[in-house]
Amino acid sequence: MKILVPIKRVVDYNVKVRVKADNSGIELANVKMSVNPFDEIAIEEAVRLKEAGKATEVIAVSIGPEKAQEQLRTAMAIGADRAILVQTDAPIDLGGVEPLAVAKTLKALVDKESPDLVIMGKQSIDDDSNQTGQMLSALLGWAQGTFASKLELGDGNLKVTREVDGGLETLELKTPAIITTDLRLNEPRYAKLPDIMKAKKKELEVLAAEDLGVDYTPRLSIVKVEEPPTRQGGGKVADVDELIDKLKNEAKVLS
Amino acid sequence: MSVLVIAEHDNSEIKAATLNTITAARQIDGDVHLLVAGANMDGAMQAASQIHGIAKVLKADAPELGHHLAENIALVIVELATNYTHILAPASTFGKNVMPRAAALLDTQQISDISAVVDADTFERPVYAGNAVATVKSSDAIKLITVRGTTFDPVKAEGGQPEVEDVAPKGDAGLSSFVGLEASESDRPELTSADIVVSGGRGVGSAENFAIIEKLADKIGAAVGASRAAVDAGYVPNDYQVGQTGKVVAPDLYIAIGISGAIQHLAGMKDSKVIVAINKDEDAPIFQIADYGLVADLFEAVPELESKL
Repeated sequence: MKILVPIKRVVDYNVKVRVKADNSGIELANVKMSVNPFDEIAIEEAVRLKEAGKATEVIAVSIGPEKAQEQLRTAMAIGADRAILVQTDAPIDLGGVEPLAVAKTLKALVDKESPDLVIMGKQSIDDDSNQTGQMLSALLGWAQGTFASKLELGDGNLKVTREVDGGLETLELKTPAIITTDLRLNEPRYAKLPDIMKAKKKELEVLAAEDLGVDYTPRLSIVKVEEPPTRQGGGKVADVDELIDKLKNEAKVLS
Repeated sequence: MSVLVIAEHDNSEIKAATLNTITAARQIDGDVHLLVAGANMDGAMQAASQIHGIAKVLKADAPELGHHLAENIALVIVELATNYTHILAPASTFGKNVMPRAAALLDTQQISDISAVVDADTFERPVYAGNAVATVKSSDAIKLITVRGTTFDPVKAEGGQPEVEDVAPKGDAGLSSFVGLEASESDRPELTSADIVVSGGRGVGSAENFAIIEKLADKIGAAVGASRAAVDAGYVPNDYQVGQTGKVVAPDLYIAIGISGAIQHLAGMKDSKVIVAINKDEDAPIFQIADYGLVADLFEAVPELESKL
């Protein structure tokens, strides 16, 4: 069984981002970039399936600038066998390559590689759209198991447990299928130095976005990007009695 | 032209976020229709046919729609789409699951989690965990949108008299089937629509200790939430999580207990009207956004607060 794992290069989750002075987007110069955390969970899950003897090959793919090779190397250090980068200089966070275009690009890669399963993050922490996996499954006519916290592979089908607003829902999906990962699916490992060294020698194919015939012209134009209104906090109370007094008499949120 | 709202429901009742989504739809156009897709849904239809502010309820009743599988509901939405300029759903796990599938089938770039309607083509949405707000303008002919419920007031659940129209089902896509739901049972208010939310974090220390959070919540009629750390540690179920990738809440009062205040958590609660933080670490970032910060041991302060209220 072959597993395709799409990953995205995003601003590291620990970075406090800043809006550009001209309100055109987010300042990305000299900011630490990483693999989108949900995608790291996806790689880990695919690698575990390979280690358990259920998958034969794990292919990490990404769409982005030349530097996204770094994130693909990370995926290969965790255990992906090879990688494909669809290179583009268009922005990948806002006002550039949008989820629908990403889904179309991934469909072209699925047609090329014929995987049995695609595991990907449920959302990227930059644009926060939460669309690409669902869109890819629609374009392929496959089943979708979104926000997964547990996967059980059977013969020709799979069971996925999903984190939904009311609790945990379990679905059975026909394969091939798309899985999008939620936080509790697994805890990704830290790549060890020998694995990082080994990853440098693994195959990394670079394709031009144009070669896949997908149009990256955005459907959504960015009118402006602004800082959210800042919240005036920092007030302190000395003890529980003062807190109760403030909530009742100043904020009037308790009676 | 009209706007279609996809109702979120469990066949017996309409979920509150649907009412907020209708308000967003009405800011785009006054002629709003509501699609209720499900099975054995007398309760949901009863509720839907009284909602204020909608002209029509479209009823799609078929066994394969009963569990709201994305593969099947998307087909119904796509069939109806050409009658509408905009199709909206709540940005809940239901809407997030179904809408992008329909959007791709319609070759439309969805606009996720809008927090404001600027005009019929232009919307605001939080990005980067709410650290920026993007205003985006769509050039698609049919716009598919998910709506952040906390930024739109709900329409009235009663007093409306929409006409009801049956929609022919589109059949079972045959891709997925429902196995089971492990529901979190609770008599407390729903997290995303509660007036007061009491949340616990890693500082609470264990699943057993979480009882003091729940006791305080029950005393003041609050919903219970949690930070990712508390959910990951197994103190509470996943659907308690408030934050960038969990639920977004904006109650009148949010009490954060033993929560340090990572930006991913703040993304889910910083629009609350009044924020209280109780934490023994006076440098915890949560205090920077709290209206009333109490630097104290939560195991002393929370029971004291509970007993004095």
